[in-house]
Amino acid sequence: MHVSETYFPRSEEDLAGLVSDAVAKSVPLEICGNRTKSALGRPIQVGARISTRDMRGVTLYEPNELVISARSGTPLAEIETLLAANNQELVFEPCALERALTADAGEPTLGGVVATNASGPRRILRGAARDHVIGARAVNGSGEVIKSGGRVMKNVTGYDIARALAGSWGTLAVLSEITLKVLPKAEEARTLVCLNLTDEGAVSAMCRAVGSAYEVSGAVHLQQPFVERLSVPDIAAIGQAVTALRIENFSASVDYRLGRLHQDLKTFGTIYELDNVRSGAFWSDIRRLQFLTGSDWPLWRITAAPHQGARLVSALWAQMECRAAYDWSGGLIWLEVPPSTDASGTVLRRLIAEFQADAFLVRASAAARASVGVFQPLAEVNMNLIRRLKEAFDPHRILNPGRMYPGI
Amino acid sequence: MSAIEIVAPKQEIMLRRDTFVGALKKLLPPRAVVADEAGRRTFETDALTAYKCMPLAVVLPTSTEEVSAVLRFCHLSQIRVVPRGAGTSLAGGALPSEDAVVLCLSRMNRVLETNFESRYVRVETGITNLGVSNAVAAAKFFYAPDPSSQLACSIGGNIGMNSGGAHCLKYGVTVNNVLGLKMVMMNGDIVEFGGPHLDAGGYDFLSLIVGSEGQFGVVTEATLRILRQSEGARPMMIGFASSEAAGACVAAIIGRGIVPVAMEFMDRPAIKVCEEFAQAGYPLDVEALLIIEVEGSEDEIQSLLGQIEEIAADFSPQMLRVSQSEAESAAIWKGRKAAFGAIGRISDYYCMDGVIPLASLPAALTGIAEICQQHALQVANIFHAGDGNLHPLILYNANDQDEKRRAELCGEKILKLCVALGGCLTGEHGVGIEKRELMSVQFNDVDLAQQMRVKSVFDPDWLLNPGKVFPLKAQEAYLARAR
Repeated sequence: MHVSETYFPRSEEDLAGLVSDAVAKSVPLEICGNRTKSALGRPIQVGARISTRDMRGVTLYEPNELVISARSGTPLAEIETLLAANNQELVFEPCALERALTADAGEPTLGGVVATNASGPRRILRGAARDHVIGARAVNGSGEVIKSGGRVMKNVTGYDIARALAGSWGTLAVLSEITLKVLPKAEEARTLVCLNLTDEGAVSAMCRAVGSAYEVSGAVHLQQPFVERLSVPDIAAIGQAVTALRIENFSASVDYRLGRLHQDLKTFGTIYELDNVRSGAFWSDIRRLQFLTGSDWPLWRITAAPHQGARLVSALWAQMECRAAYDWSGGLIWLEVPPSTDASGTVLRRLIAEFQADAFLVRASAAARASVGVFQPLAEVNMNLIRRLKEAFDPHRILNPGRMYPGI
Repeated sequence: MSAIEIVAPKQEIMLRRDTFVGALKKLLPPRAVVADEAGRRTFETDALTAYKCMPLAVVLPTSTEEVSAVLRFCHLSQIRVVPRGAGTSLAGGALPSEDAVVLCLSRMNRVLETNFESRYVRVETGITNLGVSNAVAAAKFFYAPDPSSQLACSIGGNIGMNSGGAHCLKYGVTVNNVLGLKMVMMNGDIVEFGGPHLDAGGYDFLSLIVGSEGQFGVVTEATLRILRQSEGARPMMIGFASSEAAGACVAAIIGRGIVPVAMEFMDRPAIKVCEEFAQAGYPLDVEALLIIEVEGSEDEIQSLLGQIEEIAADFSPQMLRVSQSEAESAAIWKGRKAAFGAIGRISDYYCMDGVIPLASLPAALTGIAEICQQHALQVANIFHAGDGNLHPLILYNANDQDEKRRAELCGEKILKLCVALGGCLTGEHGVGIEKRELMSVQFNDVDLAQQMRVKSVFDPDWLLNPGKVFPLKAQEAYLARAR
């Protein structure tokens, strides 16, 4: 292991050897795939880098059993193409977090998607990336190969370490192979759009829709500045706030459900409809975070109870300038704030705590990410558990050290 | 002599029993501590009734603070603690050791908060699974995981074992429906994870705690995701001449892009017993029966059932019947959900919970039949077909020690077969004491050591729910190294 080198192991065995070598030489490591998310999280100082990009390929795919396994360096696009050829998909609709930083971020790997638990608009109906992880193989910070879960849908044999590695940002173990539950693609998707709703009104419409029996699979509200950035020209030109509700199902069901939902939401003003093709383009923009590109304002990702979403933003607005886009029926808020040394973190963190919410600093200078912190600070009893969990997987603290919290 | 060893009591604790009981009585109101023999007897076993052990004492706290006081005291005194909900574990998850205090949450069963806009409910974990759905039913909402024991089993137990149920094919298991937890650590610290919001950043402790079999802490409150009820639901029954045909039909339905809310399989012996119990109209002349349920509006239900009927036609069904009424639907599900009880009426049984890849169903059923035949025991099979979770029920006479031994041997061989076919030891019941020694069939020493290090993160002294989940020798070796 040489300092300042990047290593590209081709197998799990190579990977384990490299980590062991780094332990022996006390070299802290950056763990990455294609580095599309390298400017997310706290800035880290490392001696060398391990990329999983050469560990690729689908190792098992059984469409009739709704299961796929792939090595962690496999490009997400390769998996999505294979699934699409069989009319299936990753139902959590991976969110292209990296595009919040730059529109041409490159192609993420499956490992990166799972390690950041990147879930898109359908999360609200079908669950997050972590909900679809059913097994994983990984190399821990001692260079040992560990496995957890398996290839079957239901499995409570031992603790669920595979699922817990989702969202751990490569700080506990390096994922080498991941097994996911997949689902059939819906026959059709269509979308209802309301215009010019207030944030409060939009959240109320979204909660009503999502709480209906029609299985709404996407509920977003974009304030007008975000609408302009969309790639569908006529929607981008609307010049008003947009609230969109998606229904996916067999075609006849979409007809019926969309009709019923339209009735239910009449009080929210004129409602437009996007057909299958335009709906697809719109939600692709949402999933790919097109509405967050082209701005250099610091960006926060906030999760809150959906009914609190608009109230939280209005409380923030009373203290600072900001613009908000809502996903997950109001439960996920993308908040852009004017540039400042702390990315408005001081004020924001205080209000977030009052609302029992969680804030993650997505886009900000390295200095701001280092000083304000990226993840929501937690109570000391939680931080102790975080430290101890890190110790249980990576006792030498060599895997992405400091990426999530200082010293961890 | 039992085949599975119950963890040996610490003599220094046993000798001071009276002192400890006295101290617990000072910490809690008088009726919250059960120390007499008759009272403790209720807690000596769970639904794995072949194993029994009288605990040191039982406490029945009514608040998180009381739980915290008990755990802090037990931690200081190094007394083992076995958390318990309703005691419905089929894996011996709530079986005490002689030196353990059973901490039973049945008196903590309140609904604390309901929010239909954000679709969650916050409850104390002693509430029953069905109690949660009942609490939100008037607003047409429900809590999705539905283990067969849902009338009795508690949410705390569901969290401990990551329980599933017949409808988890569509809605996921417990871990997919828990948003937040309040947990008391063994040292008495109270800690919260998650909340009414989705996917907070940071490590996913919810994933670790759900399914940790009460070994990480005592969960006292849970924020659960609730869902709006569908407009309607209807089951259909399809009978086949072979399990191969039934399995292939399930694969074909999924292959066509239909994921029904439930797909349940029963073999001939299971059908017979359940029909005698529930009079659900199950066909008695088929080798395999599928119960498939779909949801939606009346038109949607008709359309989906029509498509499934069309797919099933390729597999020469012997019978096909769509439920014609609410009463018939209820009877169809009653038979399935009461299967364990129905079989329990005719014989003692040992219920297995292995999981297999769907394509291996015929191989698994043939293998199971051979194993049971070798040991001269009968078996009935119930299978959550959509997700590969197989419940072979091995019939035996509990008063016959030799039969009991043979039943356990069959169970062990069946689970090894499930692992060999690419599956796992347990899909929803948990490891408990029952499958503890088999963990090394599925995991190697490195995997087990990693899991044990995670256990130590939460409970470094290994006082919570002792002697479960890991092979006893592996636990001892790990602890010897750690000290």
